[in-house]
Amino acid sequence: MSKKAIAAFAAALTGLCAVTTADAGKTLDAVKQRGQLVCGVNTSAPGFSAADSQGNWKGLDVDFCRAVAAAVLGDANKVKWVPLNSQQRFTALQLGEVDVLSRNSTWTLTRDASLGILFTGINYYDGQGFMVPKKLNVGSAKKLNNATICVQSGTTSEKNVADFFAANRLKYKQVVFDTAEATQAAFYSGRCQALTTDMSDLAGARTKATKPDDYLILPEVISKEPLGPSVRRGDDEFFTIVRWVGYAMLEAEELGVTQENVDKLKASSQDPATQRLLGVTEDTGKLLGLDKEWIVRIVKASGNYGESFERNMGPKSALALPRGLNNLWTKGGLMYAPPVR
Amino acid sequence: MLPASPRQRRLLIQAAVVVLLLVAAAVLWRTAAHNLSAQQLRSGFGFLRDPAGFDIGETLIDYSPRDAYARAFLVGLLNTVRVALAGIVTATIVGVLIGLGQLARNRLIGVLCTAYVEVARNIPLLVQLLAIYLALTQLLPDLTTPLHLWGGALLSKAGLHLPWPAQQADGWRVEVPQVEGLSIVGGFSLSAEFVALWSGLTLFTGAYIGEIVRAGVLAVPRGQWEAALAVGLTRRSAMSHVIVPQALRLIVPPLTSQYLNLTKNSSLAVAIGYPDIVSIANTAINQNGQAIECIAIIVSVYLGINAVTALVMNVYNRRVTRKVF
Repeated sequence: MSKKAIAAFAAALTGLCAVTTADAGKTLDAVKQRGQLVCGVNTSAPGFSAADSQGNWKGLDVDFCRAVAAAVLGDANKVKWVPLNSQQRFTALQLGEVDVLSRNSTWTLTRDASLGILFTGINYYDGQGFMVPKKLNVGSAKKLNNATICVQSGTTSEKNVADFFAANRLKYKQVVFDTAEATQAAFYSGRCQALTTDMSDLAGARTKATKPDDYLILPEVISKEPLGPSVRRGDDEFFTIVRWVGYAMLEAEELGVTQENVDKLKASSQDPATQRLLGVTEDTGKLLGLDKEWIVRIVKASGNYGESFERNMGPKSALALPRGLNNLWTKGGLMYAPPVR
Repeated sequence: MLPASPRQRRLLIQAAVVVLLLVAAAVLWRTAAHNLSAQQLRSGFGFLRDPAGFDIGETLIDYSPRDAYARAFLVGLLNTVRVALAGIVTATIVGVLIGLGQLARNRLIGVLCTAYVEVARNIPLLVQLLAIYLALTQLLPDLTTPLHLWGGALLSKAGLHLPWPAQQADGWRVEVPQVEGLSIVGGFSLSAEFVALWSGLTLFTGAYIGEIVRAGVLAVPRGQWEAALAVGLTRRSAMSHVIVPQALRLIVPPLTSQYLNLTKNSSLAVAIGYPDIVSIANTAINQNGQAIECIAIIVSVYLGINAVTALVMNVYNRRVTRKVF
């Protein structure tokens, strides 16, 4: 077992010795007192959360945590990044090692109901797929009968691939690793004939191949994978803040507020919705325990949702993913924020 | 107030310590239950009856994702026992050969054995496992174009597939593995993960056992050698009838420790994709969040396997030390 998992278990044992009640409503105070938001991210998921060669974290999930820090602490740089693999992530959140888990994790009933955490929203609508080497000459997932498939342990991918093959009456052999890096390494070495994970992860994994053009992502999307951030149960105040940071970024895109024009719009916009969003006419932040400039800071830190998407995984980035389902509802996608008022 | 006699005082203090430990355990238990329910995490072993939902790469018994978690853990337990048992057997063989090899009169053999021991002992096992697995998956050919070995065996990135007797419609016949579509059908297969873990454990523990064997043989007094040779026994006879029985007394206890170490080291399987009990329990923790119960299961599995191993070795030890010359 990884050292982090053993440390998490030891921390759990010592934590259990303290006779404390669940800390409801305390996360915001703890973050403010610490002066830093502790954000759980992926060890390396290009487009979502990955450190570049200088050690700076970049990605859609990274932008989200920076937005939360900007809203709560006033400074998007006051974040401590904790890379977590798929097995440690929920335990780390449960135990309080991180305040927010922004780690391209799928929102499911089991995770909402039985892990002691709550998902705050969806920041990427994804689905699971397969990637194969082109020389295998397989054009559809239904031709993968008896294939050897690499999958990461403890993810929804493991369960979904079992369901897919059972439903299609096909057989497969799986090889399971605990880190994304080991899983991808086994696929690229040829140990497995197919790699299965979320489509966005497949696109990111392909950028890390020595010859990306040798690999094909099959068209079948075999599951729904709504990815989103999560926080601990029992703290409604912090939950509401993190949830509305996500919605604020969507509403900003809907109203056309960008990183470049936010100051100008705050000073001179005549649109009532924009004035309300940026704290000119109403103080929505006060109701959350923040101040009226919270959305201004969010947009200055990470941009609106569309800008964050384009920067990290849009057509000009290495992943080159289409907006697709992740576009605004007004443009044919599924992104719909409740009114920020 | 305190009882006068020293014996009664000792008993009283021991009783007090036991009560204190029981109270501490009860407090730990109650705060654990309270904290878990405050976070609305399930506790208890009821989850063992729920369907697991995930598949397992290699199993000794029949298993499907619809089977219960309890069966998944059983599969993990069997996989651990399988690699531990295989590892113990081959590590002992390797260790004995290496240990005696270091004492050989042929200097080349002696130097080679010593070099092997130095390298295998000094590199961490995890690094050796990753290196072996990398070598296997990079250097061997693809599954669809395997190496054909003598006897009909197939060697590929997927591992070793051996011909094996199987029951067909018309009685027992030896089934030769064949490539069919995307997989190899038939025969008995040893996956690349199992082979990598088995060889890593064998090479690593074999070096330690070699040193133990060498120490045991060297510890037998020189006079025994001289007397045996003087009586007219050949070197080989002297070794097997005089020296080794005496050396076994010194070898068996540390050998037991190495067997226990091998079993525990097999938990590194999760790094190279072999589905042992730790790997399966980790998946279970991630699917249902019950870390305490699953880790308790892992702990009891290793305690159980190791207790049985130690018991068997202690019985053997008593037999070896009881012999009178």
